[in-house]
Amino acid sequence: MSRRKSITGGLFIGLTAFSAILIIAVIIILLVVIIIGGKDTFSWEFLTAFPEDGMMKGGIFPAIFGTVLLVLIMSIAAVPFGTITAIYLTEYAHEKSILAQTIRFAVRTLATVPSIIFGLFGLGFFIKYVGSGMDDLFLGGQLKWGQPNILWASLTMALLTLPVVIVSVEEAIRTVPREMREASLALGATKWETIKRIVIPGSRSGIMTGTILAVSRGAGEVAPILFTGAAYYLATLPTSLSDQFMNLGYHIYIMATQSANVDQTLPIQFATTMALLMLTFMLNLTAVIIRSRLRRKAK
Amino acid sequence: MEEPIGINKFVFSRESLKKKFRLSEFLSEKIITGVAFLSITIIVLIFFFVFKESIPIFQSKKKEIAKVETVQKQEQYGTDSSVATNLSGQEQYGVTGTDSLMTENQILEEDTVVHGSDEATAKSLMGKQWLPVSDNPRYGLIPLFVGTLKITLIAMLFAAPIAILAALFSAAFAPHWLREIIKPAIELLAGFPSVVIGFFALMVMASFFQNLFGYDGRLNAFVGGVAMALAAIPIIYTITEDALTAVPRTYTEASLALGATRWQTALFVTLPAATPGIFAAILLGIGRVFGETMIALMATGNAAMIGINPFESVRTLAATIGAEMAEVVFGDTHYNVLFLIGSLLFIFTFSLNALAEFYVKGKLVKRFQGKQS
Repeated sequence: MSRRKSITGGLFIGLTAFSAILIIAVIIILLVVIIIGGKDTFSWEFLTAFPEDGMMKGGIFPAIFGTVLLVLIMSIAAVPFGTITAIYLTEYAHEKSILAQTIRFAVRTLATVPSIIFGLFGLGFFIKYVGSGMDDLFLGGQLKWGQPNILWASLTMALLTLPVVIVSVEEAIRTVPREMREASLALGATKWETIKRIVIPGSRSGIMTGTILAVSRGAGEVAPILFTGAAYYLATLPTSLSDQFMNLGYHIYIMATQSANVDQTLPIQFATTMALLMLTFMLNLTAVIIRSRLRRKAK
Repeated sequence: MEEPIGINKFVFSRESLKKKFRLSEFLSEKIITGVAFLSITIIVLIFFFVFKESIPIFQSKKKEIAKVETVQKQEQYGTDSSVATNLSGQEQYGVTGTDSLMTENQILEEDTVVHGSDEATAKSLMGKQWLPVSDNPRYGLIPLFVGTLKITLIAMLFAAPIAILAALFSAAFAPHWLREIIKPAIELLAGFPSVVIGFFALMVMASFFQNLFGYDGRLNAFVGGVAMALAAIPIIYTITEDALTAVPRTYTEASLALGATRWQTALFVTLPAATPGIFAAILLGIGRVFGETMIALMATGNAAMIGINPFESVRTLAATIGAEMAEVVFGDTHYNVLFLIGSLLFIFTFSLNALAEFYVKGKLVKRFQGKQS
């Protein structure tokens, strides 16, 4: 082998290594900058206090509360449906059947639809169609459900996170050994009994991972809730499903682009971003750890 | 299940071995199948409802009905949200873009006849001006398309090479322990909310690049594009890495056995064998950037300008929906046009995904199986 070739080779390997390191470096810089910017303001009090003085001071408790409520309602909707779809794809459908392939394609499409489209859909379907329809039907046209609120925002978010749940649960179900299913069936259990007592318990960690990933995604997305329920500022916490809510991501967006004095509230913005980042970071880290354990088990 | 099953209890016969009809089995199977249809239903519903709201642009009669509805809706519309929307809407236009656009607008206002009809709206969709809230509103989508394409191009110029090289590094060269760091780290980057990346771009990257290049407008297509590259890198990396590791080991072994070095094998054997997968990765990356809203809203300046200068402010399709939907009147032409933009975005990302799915994956499978058998 000529010497020039080995130099080219070294340069090429170096270039690939540089790219990988560049990505890691940007991640670290992003984390460090946001933590440095927010660490002075970030405190327990900041997390548990209401905003004051037209959001120039005070904490972000309502935004955290709204975000938690959002992901809670979202999970209640997305996790069961996602799990059942995953069970269908792995246990009932034939791998090559047209129906199964169509469902898989739909799930993957759903995962790539831009999040703003979900927002439009939430507005057009949930608020204008379902909500207004409910108002006309039950309240005689009085406006209650036909406007942005936390229920519609959560359901919109549930559609967005459905593929996340399906993919994780499906992966977990595939790690349940075939022998366990066969043993259960051989002992006389029916298919549904086998699913209920063998498959679902065996893929519990996958359902967990799916839920965590969905929650972290739902906590961070802003585009779908821009016009389906998030509010700029609310003096009170949402108490019913037809209330609007504050949200961490939306709070960051508003404070950074629309607030009256962006520079003065900069520490609050950094601290809010830090709170959101820590929330999603922690959730994702947990999911990554559970998942890598799961993958090792599968091997 | 609770009772121990004694063998003596059963007398096997042809009848007893037949599959019995059980109601719970039947129901559970039907319910599970029904729920599985949900994903397909959602896709159809999304397409239907987003498209439905944009139809009135092309129909003049229905529009009048919509306008009547509009007036009622306006009065009913809650106070809370209108406070929120007023605050969110007004300052959207970027620092740099507004002035030049306004003057241009005034000049044009003088020599254009005011069109009130819907045909004018439909015609103005092809125009070069996006001025939805002026006295003579024009809904030219061209600046939005140009802006979106510009951002996508910049983002992919950064994201694609970096992500593909990084994937090649972790698939072919990195020692095991390093791979175990790189992969989860990039998975974590995928989990960063786009609003956080947007905030980082707005507060940190914008100033950094301004100092570096010394241009005027702080927020522009370049800053937005680089920030979007951060969002696209994890997607491209993950899919490329999968494609690279899916290349049969026989390929690399054969290459090494013929005397090629590791880097030659990686560059001339593994990488070409995985091209369909890498192509899919790039397509999905483009789809992600194309539809990204929050980063575009926060980091691009949001002035609808046509030009090739990467340091100019741009307004993307998705950002236009995000910025303006909250302030429009339900059923208004502006409202319908925003839904039309949504339909276009949906159709575009759907086609990208379909292309990645059917064409590329089919090719990949054929390539690997065709040569092996």
